Amino acid sequence: MSTFYFIAFLSIFFSILVISAKNPVHSILYLVLTFFTFTIHYILLNAQFLAVVNFIVYMGAILVLFLYTLMLINLNKEAEPVKPFMVKIAAVFGGGILAVALVSSLKLLGVSDPVVLKNPDLGLVKNLGKVLFNEFLLPFEISSVLLLSAMVGAVLLATKEKEPKATI
Amino acid sequence: MELIDLLIKIALIIVIFVISLVVAMYSTYAERKIAAFFQDRVGPNRAGPWGILQPLADGGKMFLKEEIIPTNATGFLFIVGPSLAILTACIGSAVIPWGQNLEIGGRVIPLQVTDINVGILYIFGVVSLGVYGIMIGGWASNNKYSLLGAIRAASQNISYEISMGLSIIALLMVTGTLSLGEIAKQQHGFWADGYFSWNVFKQPLGFLLFIVCAFAETNRSPFDLPECETELVGGYHTEYSSMKLGFYLFAEYINMFISSAVMATLYFGGYNFPFMDLIHSPNLVAILGVVALFIKIFMFIFFFMWVRWTLPRFRYDQLMDLGWKTLIPLAIANIVLTGIFMTFFK
Amino acid sequence: METQSLPINYLPIIFQMLVAIGFVVTTMFVTHKIGPKRKTKDKLTPFESGIEVVGNARTPASIKYFLVAILFVLFDVEVIFMYPWAVNFKDMGKTGMIEMFIFMATLLAGFIYVIKKKALDWD
Repeated sequence: MSTFYFIAFLSIFFSILVISAKNPVHSILYLVLTFFTFTIHYILLNAQFLAVVNFIVYMGAILVLFLYTLMLINLNKEAEPVKPFMVKIAAVFGGGILAVALVSSLKLLGVSDPVVLKNPDLGLVKNLGKVLFNEFLLPFEISSVLLLSAMVGAVLLATKEKEPKATI
Repeated sequence: MELIDLLIKIALIIVIFVISLVVAMYSTYAERKIAAFFQDRVGPNRAGPWGILQPLADGGKMFLKEEIIPTNATGFLFIVGPSLAILTACIGSAVIPWGQNLEIGGRVIPLQVTDINVGILYIFGVVSLGVYGIMIGGWASNNKYSLLGAIRAASQNISYEISMGLSIIALLMVTGTLSLGEIAKQQHGFWADGYFSWNVFKQPLGFLLFIVCAFAETNRSPFDLPECETELVGGYHTEYSSMKLGFYLFAEYINMFISSAVMATLYFGGYNFPFMDLIHSPNLVAILGVVALFIKIFMFIFFFMWVRWTLPRFRYDQLMDLGWKTLIPLAIANIVLTGIFMTFFK
Repeated sequence: METQSLPINYLPIIFQMLVAIGFVVTTMFVTHKIGPKRKTKDKLTPFESGIEVVGNARTPASIKYFLVAILFVLFDVEVIFMYPWAVNFKDMGKTGMIEMFIFMATLLAGFIYVIKKKALDWD
């Protein structure tokens, strides 16, 4: 249990660093660390396949995409948008309301029972595959359509005919 | 876990760590000697007999060189880049089975740091993290050559990762497990049930795809576009000097060692060797197994170098075409063929 | 039945990471301390083959690279879906194979679309 609290503390600590870091690349590195602590959480729950999926897809693919996006945009100081004072006030106000709502809802919720795994081996690859390809076959096949639409969308957005070519 | 087991594990980790560093160091020496042989030269021969101390001299030089951090560079990230590159290279070796269990004084010592259920996926994940070191280093240098090299390296690595994953899937259909220890055990000996037991004979196309992807993932020639000297002045490590440059070069050799070990384990039987059942002492088999694995690894490393000094570099569009339009369809065809063959002809 | 690994089996990986981090930090520190330091203004400019540096490297690049990255994420998710299937392939037999081939066919259609749209052509 103490391991859980230590890792949970690290997760929250790194996620606070993500949003407070000035340099966007630093933010991404902290996000990598946050996802790494999530991986450890999954392992502690014995969900080994999910852990390694989190490792590969989130740390290895999605964050690489984030980093890519950052490298491809203009990060010079002059290009940074200056936010007006009123926007900052509104942001603080909105954040405050969100915090109040979260705290009050947590108070209403009370302490829930900790999740007890009925079958601790469920997270292993073999068992997961058996469940995925029997009970959840339809959602699985539909997810392929989702991936297909994402692919088409990305291609449509990124390829425009008769555009002036970029130099790099 | 008992304390003594824990200490044995830590000792094993450190031994493997040191071995991978030493192999990487001497790979640089071997690379130069082999290049010299191919080009009819002598190669390094001044430091010690046959130049055998050359890697130590190189390492010492790297330590003593001046450390340059350009004024335009993003200071902290400039240091993080090479550190990440070597870090991801060093943690891959944790799941590789180096040999069968040793038995000393009634205590069983596994020659594998840890045998987890998702071993292959762990390697796959570590490989995908390798992009960070190059991307962050190249971006933080704030140099146009470095940025270009970093972007090229990243898109090359991620493009070939897909075909690598697909070629592993065909292998998994044969083995039915993701644990590297189990896969090595299945390839026991050389000949079983009327067929070769090594996976390379069951998945020849898969192995071919995997080795091409391994070349691309380690940025070795003919896929060394990110660091080509002629157009990019060194690519992502143009601005680097001293040990930071050393880390980048070193990470490449460690990656080569680890990927050779993975290929030997997945496709060439790992620590298994022909006629291993004729030897009856289990400890002797274990030690000979380690020797056999290392012979296979050195063969692969030699192959990496042989290709480097034989083939010219790809052009960028050729590289992308090969990765996306040739390797991915081939890998998918391999999966389909394996599936049909295993369902209807077994 | 193969042996199942438990969360404790992942502990050595953490050890290995710590050993690697220790090695990297020590080496970086030592090389920082013992190397000479003679900084001049010219030495610290970015190296661009001796030509005066114009601007910096924080410039936008071609969207092609971004497209490659986003397609990589999508295909990576596809590959991940196939792992549980590949491990169970021997048990599931023909039905499992047909199920996966439907999934792959959908994605193959997407792949062919990407190729036909010339999204991956470099010129």
